[in-house]
Amino acid sequence: MDPKNYIIKQISVFSENKPGRLAAIARALQVEKINILAFSIAEANGFGVVRALVDKPQKAFEKLSILGFNVAFTDVIAVKMKDEPGGLYEIARIMGEGMINIEYSYAYSGKDAAVLILRVDNVDAAIAAIRKGGGTVLESSLFQ
Amino acid sequence: MKCWDPRVEEMPRDELRTMQYRLLKTLVYRLYSFSPFYHDRMREEKVHPDDIRTLEDIRKLPFMVKSDLRDNYPDKIFVAGQDDLVRYHVSSGTTGKPTVVGYTRNDLDNWTASLARGLVSCGLGRGDVLQVSYGYGLFTGGLGLHYGAERIGATVLPTSVGNTERQIELMQDLHTTAIACTPSYLLHIGEVAEKMGVSIRDDTSLRMGILGAEPWSDTMKGRIENWLGIKAYDIYGTSELSGPMFCECTEQAGFHVWGDLAYVEILDPKTGEQLGPGEQGEMVITMLQKEALPMIRFRIGDITSFDDAVCTCGRSHPRVRRISGRVDDMLIIRGINVFPSQIEYTLLTIPEVGQHFMIEVDRKGALDDMLVKVEVKKEAFSDKITDLMAIRNNVEHRLRNALNVAVNVELVEPGSLPRFEGKAKRVIDRRKI
Repeated sequence: MDPKNYIIKQISVFSENKPGRLAAIARALQVEKINILAFSIAEANGFGVVRALVDKPQKAFEKLSILGFNVAFTDVIAVKMKDEPGGLYEIARIMGEGMINIEYSYAYSGKDAAVLILRVDNVDAAIAAIRKGGGTVLESSLFQ
Repeated sequence: MKCWDPRVEEMPRDELRTMQYRLLKTLVYRLYSFSPFYHDRMREEKVHPDDIRTLEDIRKLPFMVKSDLRDNYPDKIFVAGQDDLVRYHVSSGTTGKPTVVGYTRNDLDNWTASLARGLVSCGLGRGDVLQVSYGYGLFTGGLGLHYGAERIGATVLPTSVGNTERQIELMQDLHTTAIACTPSYLLHIGEVAEKMGVSIRDDTSLRMGILGAEPWSDTMKGRIENWLGIKAYDIYGTSELSGPMFCECTEQAGFHVWGDLAYVEILDPKTGEQLGPGEQGEMVITMLQKEALPMIRFRIGDITSFDDAVCTCGRSHPRVRRISGRVDDMLIIRGINVFPSQIEYTLLTIPEVGQHFMIEVDRKGALDDMLVKVEVKKEAFSDKITDLMAIRNNVEHRLRNALNVAVNVELVEPGSLPRFEGKAKRVIDRRKI
């Protein structure tokens, strides 16, 4: 297995913490017909970082950059998670036992199963640990 | 006691003017001979000490400005050798370099004497407890008031600035009768006291405040006096003049500028013409007796007016009204001078942020609050909040070091701050003073 097949390019956008900024980002993606598969906002004093999984990350990056946003790509992985009590525990336990640190994470509940998006300190080790522990890491081609 | 030094303070005006002329003449000869800096300035202006034949001839002399001290950092324009210096004070300059002021023994004596006269003139004396809540250390406020009050036999309580609850406890326990601090800090003390269930008016012996180091208005004076039940006196000075120097007398009609120590002119900032009593203009001060760092025709940048009439208190020295504004963009934040150029200079040394910035000043409660907005550069942007927080903390830390005053920093999106063509307006000051 090649870890590259599992690494998803998340876009991260710097945003001031004030009304209208998320709308500006979302509007730009709409105009380019870019679909947002999952997203989250992390906030600190006065600013935040909008993180999104989109179907066309390169296009999103270019469009937002042209508009003057600070945009960066960040490598994340998506893990299939049972949509039932204990689903999150299963994944988190594997990561903990593998001594893999989760920097941040967000999730969504899809049609078939729930999906956990993970930003970890060691992507390759995380993929290997999840597969070894019987989990499913979703291929990036499913998203992008 | 009515006057600390009645012979000087009540000196007839003619005598005072003769004395000023004599001191000016001596000063100019001394600088022409011993100060390469001022010698060159006079040569450029084609003035020779012999051209000073009356006190009015002072207007032939070249000006000094704050940047002269910066450009000659740290001590290139001192006229005293190391052996004669007994102290340094350091204040923030207009850009990266601070301003260093050196003092000879006589400089400290004259500074102390000036304050001794001023403090007596507003009714302080033996038996009073003066709480000095100006900062002690490199800033001149704390030590200046400290020695002035000790000289006249008042008891000094050197609390310095901060730790407000303790200040209030000590004020009660040691029966403070007078406090020296910025007017906004005194309002803050009043607010904190109320939260502690202490009324400054009813539960303390405080009867007067000696307030300065920042601009304040009649409205603020009225508020302090009515709310706290004390008299509020204005005190004026800058580090270049030695420190806090001149204080209002009990008439509360402006601070007396002791003519044997300083000569004050009010000029039209545009034409440089000397203005008469009552006319608003830029104050220019010549320190007539300073030894280590002489200041001639120093353009401090403060706008005010003066009153030449002999005061009803009996003192013959001219009075200057409370400062009403600035000719430049200098801000005073919690008593500390801040120039936008210092911020610009500091930001240039931090690669993660851009050079554009905006300063927003508010008064939160009674205290000044300064927010600096800076843009994060594209290359520095990271998905990690901790990295961004580290950038923000670093900018705050660097600005605090450069300005000597706490600053809040907000990171904003690149390109979002206003760009200026011509004169930049980077300050939004929402304080009502």
